[in-house]
Amino acid sequence: MSEYKIVTGNFSSAYGARLARAEVVSAYPITPQTEVVEKISEFVADGEMDTEFIKVESEHSAMAGCIAASATGARAYTATSAHGLALMHEMLMWAARARLPVVMTNVNRAMGPPWSVWADHLDTVAEKGSGFLQFFCENNQEVLDSILMAYKICEDEDIMLPGMIVEDAFILSHTREPVEIYDQEKVDEFLPEYDPDIKIDIDDPVGYGSLVMPDWYMDFAKKLEEAMDGAKDKIKEVNKEFKETFGRDPGGLIEEYKTDGVDVLMVTMGSISGTSKDVIDELREEGHNIGLARLRTFRPFPKERVRDLVKDVNVVGILDRSYSFGAAGDAAREIKEALYGDSNSPLVKNYIVGLGGRDLTPKILEKIMQDTLEIQDKGLDQEVEWVDLRSDSKKWRR
Amino acid sequence: MADIPEEELMNSGHNACPGCGAAHAMRYMLKALGKKTTINIPACCWAVIPGVYPSRNLETPLLYTAFETTGASSSGIRAALDAKDIDEDINVVGFAGDGGTADIGIQALSGAVERGTDTIQVMYDNEAYMNTGIQRSGVTPEGAWTTTTPVGSEGDWKKGPKKDMMDIMESHDIPYAATVNIAYPDSFIEKFKKAMEFDGPRFIHIYAPCPTGWRSKPDETVKIAELAFKSKVFPLYEIENGVYNVYKEPKEENVVPVKEYLMKQGRFRHLPKEVVEKIQEDVDRYWERLKKKEKFTKEELYEEE
Repeated sequence: MSEYKIVTGNFSSAYGARLARAEVVSAYPITPQTEVVEKISEFVADGEMDTEFIKVESEHSAMAGCIAASATGARAYTATSAHGLALMHEMLMWAARARLPVVMTNVNRAMGPPWSVWADHLDTVAEKGSGFLQFFCENNQEVLDSILMAYKICEDEDIMLPGMIVEDAFILSHTREPVEIYDQEKVDEFLPEYDPDIKIDIDDPVGYGSLVMPDWYMDFAKKLEEAMDGAKDKIKEVNKEFKETFGRDPGGLIEEYKTDGVDVLMVTMGSISGTSKDVIDELREEGHNIGLARLRTFRPFPKERVRDLVKDVNVVGILDRSYSFGAAGDAAREIKEALYGDSNSPLVKNYIVGLGGRDLTPKILEKIMQDTLEIQDKGLDQEVEWVDLRSDSKKWRR
Repeated sequence: MADIPEEELMNSGHNACPGCGAAHAMRYMLKALGKKTTINIPACCWAVIPGVYPSRNLETPLLYTAFETTGASSSGIRAALDAKDIDEDINVVGFAGDGGTADIGIQALSGAVERGTDTIQVMYDNEAYMNTGIQRSGVTPEGAWTTTTPVGSEGDWKKGPKKDMMDIMESHDIPYAATVNIAYPDSFIEKFKKAMEFDGPRFIHIYAPCPTGWRSKPDETVKIAELAFKSKVFPLYEIENGVYNVYKEPKEENVVPVKEYLMKQGRFRHLPKEVVEKIQEDVDRYWERLKKKEKFTKEELYEEE
């Protein structure tokens, strides 16, 4: 029987790995991810989860262990955060290029120095070219749902890529919400056992990842991109199947919240989306024609759908909880790229928000959206604005 | 004499340099371990030796891994085999060079051994980063020329002792560790077969000369390996549950001076007489210490029944 539990995002991740029957977990603790490894340790110790848990000595080894386990034909799971993800960087690329469907949770967190353990998306978006699918979650239910979906998508024989479930530090990782823990049998029906055709097998010995000359390398890279592109349809398909099975729609590639015929479109990722929707409702009640698109997958990037969504919009306001130094926020850059060549391109403003866990109150979000609405009359004042810096907090908090 | 199987699990047509000691190492190891073996290999000469895609000269599964991951990769393979209830008698082997074992790979190795991973971790030791072109490693012996200890006019050869991986493994309370030498295939194979009898982590340190990096003649690889044994530069011993055992010793009349070993190799020819003498003293001291450890662990620490 499915049951509701009041759990943190981290526990939701642990329950997700358990329901997915991850056969090998290889993980290393880091704040704010620690509860994921603690909870899985408890599951294993109490006989509630049948998994080989490799308690490795670093995140680099965590992903290396997952890669080797996945290459041996086991469903592998890990979880990390920020500096741990950065230490894994080499192995993230390895997992993708080895075409191994490892699924992980990344509790996004700011990179130091200065030390910060709070929410920030730079750790995740810095891995945008790694070959991992990236699912940004709005709430704890979606964390669990996304893990189940990710295995199904990533293990598809046409995809065979790793996936990253992204939960915001503390805002999701340490906040309790009601989460439906599905019936195991139902999950097993949705997500059958992982049984790849090619794996380490002494009766059928193959080499994994040998040296290739330049006359091969590029073709392997192209195949990876084809899988990534194909993942767009696969995500939509699995999302539909998930909805039919569990009665819940995690949002596919992009969640469209009151976007029909809007003049102004806001774009968000992750946990700020929930608060933002409330603010959208208030502004709509005041008569503003505004809606919100939540990017759920940053990789693959839903370029085509983004293009359609903004076709008849006057202004797009994009909230980025990260900043690529020397350029702009990453979601804004991706969206602008998607719009290139469209003669009716809307005006686009990029708001840099909430870095290192800086609070994003409904008040601040409302100010941001009002600013976007005003662009319709006043025109674009600046392409990128950093919101609620100490030097101009009055502008945003008053 | 060990019973040396005729079966070849390493086929001809490899990419190693002429006279490569590491090529001998893999061939003998696979003769000992047999087909029920899976190998993972990080960045090292052996990442290239098996051949370029789509060619491969090994008859076992081979997972290529990143430089610093051998221990973790072995853990992952073993965990998956356990999770899948696949035959527990499969040898899970991590096969790394001295850099991949003792330097960049020491963390993952230490972790895997500390966790009691059921694996055979192998260091084929050619005493420098050979695949990248002869840079010094922590296991390069004192006095050696490498491209990053280029001697020059200032006598800038490798300074300081060779990192002792056997003792580091012993400090992990490893069930079994042994040194083997490619010049002695019978004991080489025998020790790998012995390692197979233990559960948990096992460590084998293979002495594997590299003519390219040692500036020695390719047809003298085995000769040099013999001299390493006869000069006591590379003692052959095993550590079984903490007990040291020097399993093969040169007869007194066969012992040669270290100088004879050194002078066969271009990498040592620059050394002044007093440094050669110091190396001889260090080799003697190490040997004496090893024999004392053997005596102590056999007779006092763990009394033999």
